Amino acid sequence: MDYIAHLTLNTGIFIILAVSLNLINGICGQFSLGHAGFWAVGAYTGAAYSVYMALPVPDFINLFISCIVGFISAAFAGVIIGVPCLRLRGDYLAIATLGFSEIIRIVIVNLDVVGGARGFTNIPNWSNLFWVYSWVVITIIIIANIINSTHGRAIISIREDEIAAESMGIHTFKYKTLAFVIGAGFAGLAGSLFAHAQQFLHPNGFTFLWSVIILLMVILGGLGSITGSIIGAIILTVLPELLRFFGETISQWRMVVYSLLLIILMLARPGGIFGKHELDIKSWFRRSKL
Amino acid sequence: MLEDTIYFFYDLVQYFINGLAQGSIYALIALGYTMVYGIIRLINFAHGEFYMIGAFLGFYVVIAGHSLWIAFPVAMIGSGIVAVIVERLVYRPIRSAGRIPALITALGTSLFFQYLGQGVIGAEPKAFPSVINDQTFMFGEIMFTSTQIIIVGVTFVLMLFLWWLVGYTKVGKAMRATSYNREAAELMGINTNRIISITFFIGASLAGAAGVLVGLYYSTIEPMMGLIPGLKAFVAAVLGGIGNIPGAVVGGLILGIAENLVMGFWASTYRDAIAFAILIFILLVKPTGILGKNIKEKV
Repeated sequence: MDYIAHLTLNTGIFIILAVSLNLINGICGQFSLGHAGFWAVGAYTGAAYSVYMALPVPDFINLFISCIVGFISAAFAGVIIGVPCLRLRGDYLAIATLGFSEIIRIVIVNLDVVGGARGFTNIPNWSNLFWVYSWVVITIIIIANIINSTHGRAIISIREDEIAAESMGIHTFKYKTLAFVIGAGFAGLAGSLFAHAQQFLHPNGFTFLWSVIILLMVILGGLGSITGSIIGAIILTVLPELLRFFGETISQWRMVVYSLLLIILMLARPGGIFGKHELDIKSWFRRSKL
Repeated sequence: MLEDTIYFFYDLVQYFINGLAQGSIYALIALGYTMVYGIIRLINFAHGEFYMIGAFLGFYVVIAGHSLWIAFPVAMIGSGIVAVIVERLVYRPIRSAGRIPALITALGTSLFFQYLGQGVIGAEPKAFPSVINDQTFMFGEIMFTSTQIIIVGVTFVLMLFLWWLVGYTKVGKAMRATSYNREAAELMGINTNRIISITFFIGASLAGAAGVLVGLYYSTIEPMMGLIPGLKAFVAAVLGGIGNIPGAVVGGLILGIAENLVMGFWASTYRDAIAFAILIFILLVKPTGILGKNIKEKV
């Protein structure tokens, strides 16, 4: 039972990560490969708050503050990284964000205050299913509302055609930064929740590989589709656990399976399962009535 | 005071020599990156894995009791063939789908080889046998080894070969034409698919040679060894101007030397950070690289 609860908790955290990366990669069309970096910033600052500066208030309020701290610090990192990097396009942006996330990780390894290479221990266990899924719902509502607002239309227009958007009078740089910073912030929030669920952080838990896995969640579901990201996150957190039931050997080959999945998906359906569309359950019933 | 200054210069020259050897390896890998990018505009993330495959092929040939003169060609041809197969099966079908799907596919290919290597060979590092009699030469306080001389020598020979191949042969001319404008090259009767395969082969075989050299230099190899040098070689390629062959060499050498200076004078833990810091700096200041030409973007 504990195992299933833990898995559900992790799924929630990855849903936040995937939906926030989707805002940057899928909806704004800016290809970022550095999501694990923002995740790490949020996790470490959130954990540092609760280890060193926790206020004498009930745990859930402290968790809330820690999440906000994680959000703000990761969003701040997003500003620092986004403002110079978002002048770049396509694959250059991907490499620059990758570089920044590696730099963040190396800086953490060298920071003794948060444990450095030994890892950060003694983080209180404040995360629980209720708070994680409350944040999941809040994240999805906020990002869905952004997409459906004026700003969201501007962000989508950048994905469709940046030059055309600019010629229509959209301040593309402003909206790109906005999407990037909000996406980074929610990754930081997920980091804080993650820190309080794991109670232990290590810089090696935030390598480039995790940026790729979160990206894989987004791509599997479909770049630009929020429901797609949610389903992608659920599949890719539950799948490795299911593979475990088939024995140690198959579990070892998990990443080989993932990478093949990624290649085949790109060859067969470059848009992901849902493409840019949302999963609309109501439409199924409508069709069945007719 | 004077003595301190002299020792500082000894150290400086020492790090410079180490950086030259390290930078030659980056340059060899970066050449493949830059050639592939120049011809199909794809960041081939799997390039670092060709280097890993070359290192392991060389390792098994040496373990089987053969000399380095056999290990080098086997590693180069072997990783070249793997690259051609990957290009044919994966990159050719995705080429028309646009740049981002191609980039993601390259990432997937890279992960595939890393974890396949871990599954087949095992994750623990392997000791590369010391096949050459490693002598140390001293000039005052500055020392260098025969391995370093071999690395710089082999790199230099391979670069001369590449320079001749691209600049003075029919295949090289076809390569330049394909990278300049693929459709026009096709209309002129160049089999561009074949040229792209040849480019992958040459690039990967240079990386394979770099893999064997690294095995000699650091004497350990592992399935994950391709990831960080692969990324750094990309940084080197961007630094020199991506798509530009002399640029890759210049970028590789600068990166190797910068890294060794940081390791020597500051902290070795920041070694990997400096490469990415250089990348971000160059992308912001001169995105076309040191030797790159400025191409205006057309609407």
